[in-house]
Amino acid sequence: MQTRPMRWLCRNIVVIAGVLALGYLILPNLVVLAFSFNKPKGRFNYTWNHFSTDAWQHPCGVADMCGSLTLSLRLAVYATLGATVLGTMTAFALARYRFRGRAATNLLIFLPMAMPEVVMGASLGTLFLNMRIRFGFWTILIAHIMFCMSFVVVAVKARIMSMDPRLEQAAQDLYATPAQTFLRITLPLAAPGIAAGALLSFALSFDDYIITSFNAGSTVTFPMFVWGSAQRGTPVQVNVIGTAMFAVAVLLVVAGQLVGGRRRGARS
Amino acid sequence: MSAATAQAAGPPPTAPGPGTAQAAPRRTAGRRRLTPYLLLLAGVAWLLVFFVAPMVYQASTSVQTGSLDKGFKVTWHVATYWDALREYWPHFLRSLLYSGIATAACLAIGYPLAYMIAFRAGRWRNVVLVLVIAPFFTSFLIRTLAWETILADQGPVVRFLNRVHVLDVTAWLHVTQGDRVLATPLAVVCGLTYNFLPFMILPLYTSLERIDGKLHEAAGDLYATPFTTFRKVTFPLSLPGVVAGTLLTFIPASGDYINAELLGSTNQKMIGNVIQSQFLRVLDYPTAAALSFILMAAILAIVTVYIRRAGTEELV
Repeated sequence: MQTRPMRWLCRNIVVIAGVLALGYLILPNLVVLAFSFNKPKGRFNYTWNHFSTDAWQHPCGVADMCGSLTLSLRLAVYATLGATVLGTMTAFALARYRFRGRAATNLLIFLPMAMPEVVMGASLGTLFLNMRIRFGFWTILIAHIMFCMSFVVVAVKARIMSMDPRLEQAAQDLYATPAQTFLRITLPLAAPGIAAGALLSFALSFDDYIITSFNAGSTVTFPMFVWGSAQRGTPVQVNVIGTAMFAVAVLLVVAGQLVGGRRRGARS
Repeated sequence: MSAATAQAAGPPPTAPGPGTAQAAPRRTAGRRRLTPYLLLLAGVAWLLVFFVAPMVYQASTSVQTGSLDKGFKVTWHVATYWDALREYWPHFLRSLLYSGIATAACLAIGYPLAYMIAFRAGRWRNVVLVLVIAPFFTSFLIRTLAWETILADQGPVVRFLNRVHVLDVTAWLHVTQGDRVLATPLAVVCGLTYNFLPFMILPLYTSLERIDGKLHEAAGDLYATPFTTFRKVTFPLSLPGVVAGTLLTFIPASGDYINAELLGSTNQKMIGNVIQSQFLRVLDYPTAAALSFILMAAILAIVTVYIRRAGTEELV
């Protein structure tokens, strides 16, 4: 009788530990959410003062913040486009063909992911500096496409490798031209991998601080604005943006799940 | 490869004569040999110009001397490396130590969560996965700043830890100071662990998810206790995920300087902080370059030994 709670504990210890770990992951987001409704006493938004929705009503009430936000969004869109196109092409070559230099290419793709950001950022910055290229939007974009690409390659390659080759063979047996096969069979099948890679590059590009700081010059992206404001006192609006981004991301994923689920339901 | 071989295997079904039937495959075969290179061209060129070339350039910078207004020249001044090492070896040591501890903590915290998602979450699996990834979408700087609030000196967490005398123990271990958590090694390691936890969980989850549930049943049928099943079946099968996760955590953590800057004091500065300030503030590019290379060499050595010992070299 006495061992029953113990046995329950033993059986569910993994779940308990998992839920605690999940709490550790989510806690900062909850703090960001809560403090987006704070009205701080001084410049620093670290201690709770009293409830207010000021920041939510005036999200752009801080000088330069929304400018840096739109800059970061624009950068993320371009970087995602560039990295997704380059990465998808590379992934197709690596997954579908045997060719000389394939191992070397795999290594080249792997290295940027295995390199500390500070090393990549500093070396690219040194190159730009010595080429006398002016730091700004374009240098940041080049850097972002560079470090996002490998992640797209990995996501798309994994997807292509797991695709059933018989579907494409069937299309060819039914007299589809290579172009038709690619557009109507291969590309739709690879789409989830491409989407995952694109989503990842968007998040990585939007969130990057370390590499950007070496290649930005006087241009201020949103993470750089947050970094700068951390020294002077972060405005509450930063928490509003953080919370809004979190909410949008969760909604997008939930919507994706619902659409995917309905499609699967309709098919079966 | 599949579609290509399928097409190459048989002649086109509507081949009218022997002459054209032979010419057509040869032409497509020639084009096919070029296709992978054409596909690779843009991506590989991008990485060669903006990733490999800067590394090579960085190598030459590290043996240059000079100043910003007079310009830098290659003088094979290798002493930069020795000076950098002599002056900043505590930062190197600290970086490797902090990121090593953070990686171990990530494994300890992340493994149960990945296990839970893979085997015990049932219909909650997707929800939990989303919750693991979702924090990614709030800028990590904002989330790291949130830790300043959580660990604030008069905050509930610190007061509770003080009440139960945990801080006395950690202070005795020299990982905290007095009744503060902020501006101590504990805060920096805590931040590193938090920031890189998803990089540990996702590879762990992918390798755990592949394990056939029947193996667990089989182990149980053979009278293995749950613990033995884990030790002899589950954990060995998840080893690729463990290796991938620890690398994905350790490498970026060792170069990180955000956590040390925001959650630590000047006594917790890591090598990333030094590289950043040499490059952006002191403008001593040779030293910054030399430090980068020493960091890379250290990481490479550790990772090589680690992969050898883990015995999973086909990972890359």
